[in-house]
Amino acid sequence: MKVMVMIKPMDLIRVRNVNKQYKNGVTAIYDLSLNIKKGSFVFVIGGSGSGKSTFIKMLYREEKPTSGEIIVGGINVAKLRNAKVYKLRRKLGIVFQDYRLLPKQTVYENVAFAMEVLGSPKQETRRKVLKALELVGLKGKIHNYPDQLSGGEQQRVAIARAIVNEPKILLCDEPTGNLDPERSIEIVKVLDEINKTCGTTIIMATHDKDIVNTMQKEIILLKDGRLIKHAEKGGYEE
Amino acid sequence: MKFLRLLKRSIREAFKSVFRNFSLSLASISCITITLIIVAASIIITFNLQNFTSEMEKDLTIVVFLDNNINEEEIDTLMTELRDMSNVESLTYQSKASIKEEMRKESEVFDEVMSTWSDEDNPLKDTFQIKVKDVEKISDTAESIEKMEEVSSVKYGEGMVDNLLLAFESIQKISYGVVIALVLVTVFLIINTIKLTIFSRKREISIMRLVGASNFMIKTPFIVEGMVLGMFGSIIPILIICFGYVALYDHTNGYLYSQMITLIEPEPFIYMISGIILVIGIIVGMVGSASAVRKYLKI
Repeated sequence: MKVMVMIKPMDLIRVRNVNKQYKNGVTAIYDLSLNIKKGSFVFVIGGSGSGKSTFIKMLYREEKPTSGEIIVGGINVAKLRNAKVYKLRRKLGIVFQDYRLLPKQTVYENVAFAMEVLGSPKQETRRKVLKALELVGLKGKIHNYPDQLSGGEQQRVAIARAIVNEPKILLCDEPTGNLDPERSIEIVKVLDEINKTCGTTIIMATHDKDIVNTMQKEIILLKDGRLIKHAEKGGYEE
Repeated sequence: MKFLRLLKRSIREAFKSVFRNFSLSLASISCITITLIIVAASIIITFNLQNFTSEMEKDLTIVVFLDNNINEEEIDTLMTELRDMSNVESLTYQSKASIKEEMRKESEVFDEVMSTWSDEDNPLKDTFQIKVKDVEKISDTAESIEKMEEVSSVKYGEGMVDNLLLAFESIQKISYGVVIALVLVTVFLIINTIKLTIFSRKREISIMRLVGASNFMIKTPFIVEGMVLGMFGSIIPILIICFGYVALYDHTNGYLYSQMITLIEPEPFIYMISGIILVIGIIVGMVGSASAVRKYLKI
């Protein structure tokens, strides 16, 4: 199926008139339209129930929009069939609040898992896993198990796993939600580093005002499912 | 290359997973083991019964008693007539004189009584012993032989044979039914146990989906795991067959109760049964895990 939409080469993500209503009748997103450029670092901010999580979920096709159009890296996400979702996911890296690591596998195995399941050769896996772990500053702990690490370290393993396949986009859904302010800023610095060195587009949903104010990045402010503000640079103010 | 790497990974992961989730795997394996033991027993009984039936059928003969006043010429014509019948496999002629001799050899009482008989007043009859091709038509054949002029009577163990054949047929049908039912039950047990295995690895599956593994990549390790479980589950039943059946055969010298019921020789019989059990185990594991995975992944 050809997608007959003109996309400016710089727009990696294009969202047009998207509405999302859950089956229980709750409407999470109202008429959302926005573009995100390649290589940008975007904070999606808003309080609980603002729709930021739904927005992120629609980008990786965990949820389908009720109406409207979402194009991610040239793929029409709204029309993507279940069996083809993997094609979208290979362009994305995803990080969650609860890390989602495999407890019975070491740090190295956790990151390598993301490559092995796609059938990467051993040498290439090893090289890229070590590179990713170096980038997040965990090269010294590759043989540890997740429960031997602090929360911040576990999240950095999750980030390494998300970037090991060199995705174009890194989606982060409240990655610092379980961490104290100090660890939180460390995580965001790691993300910033990835954004700068690899050119990965980063979209991070958060409700942490301090982080947003400190970083002064592009912001998308949602409130009750509506877009309130989309600015190139800014802090968290409602 | 990529396909081979994925296949290699699937097999490695399957074995790893069997040992990592050992208690769950053990549950599946025990299920398969117990069922396969019963399936193996049913198959052994069915095969032996079949063997016994066909052995017995081979021994079945129609005995044709001829009229006393028959001459040799008539015997010859009758012989060709009988030979031409469609269901007759082979026949042997035994004169009353040779029957007398045989009986005299068998017991002293007969010997004493029969010693006085001359050929003239020998009350025994000349007989044909006929083997038939199809045992199920034995009564029809016997009936048409009885209608022949020179024949005085025909015996083939009428009621007994018919009843025995009927009984065996139903026993065979029942054991086929039992085997099929047990295989189905095992499939359902495996669907459930592998569903549990998959459930305990829910996180792994969700991560695989997140990093962009296709359905095929996600499914294969679990299906291979089901096959590995089936393979492990068939080990004990195969050992039981190999040692148990040989021991039974040696202990009974190959006969059950009487000379009449012979057991099938252990070699190559046990290898065949082991092969069947292994294949059933693997297929059952595969079918069970495939349907469990399909259900869980909602493909």
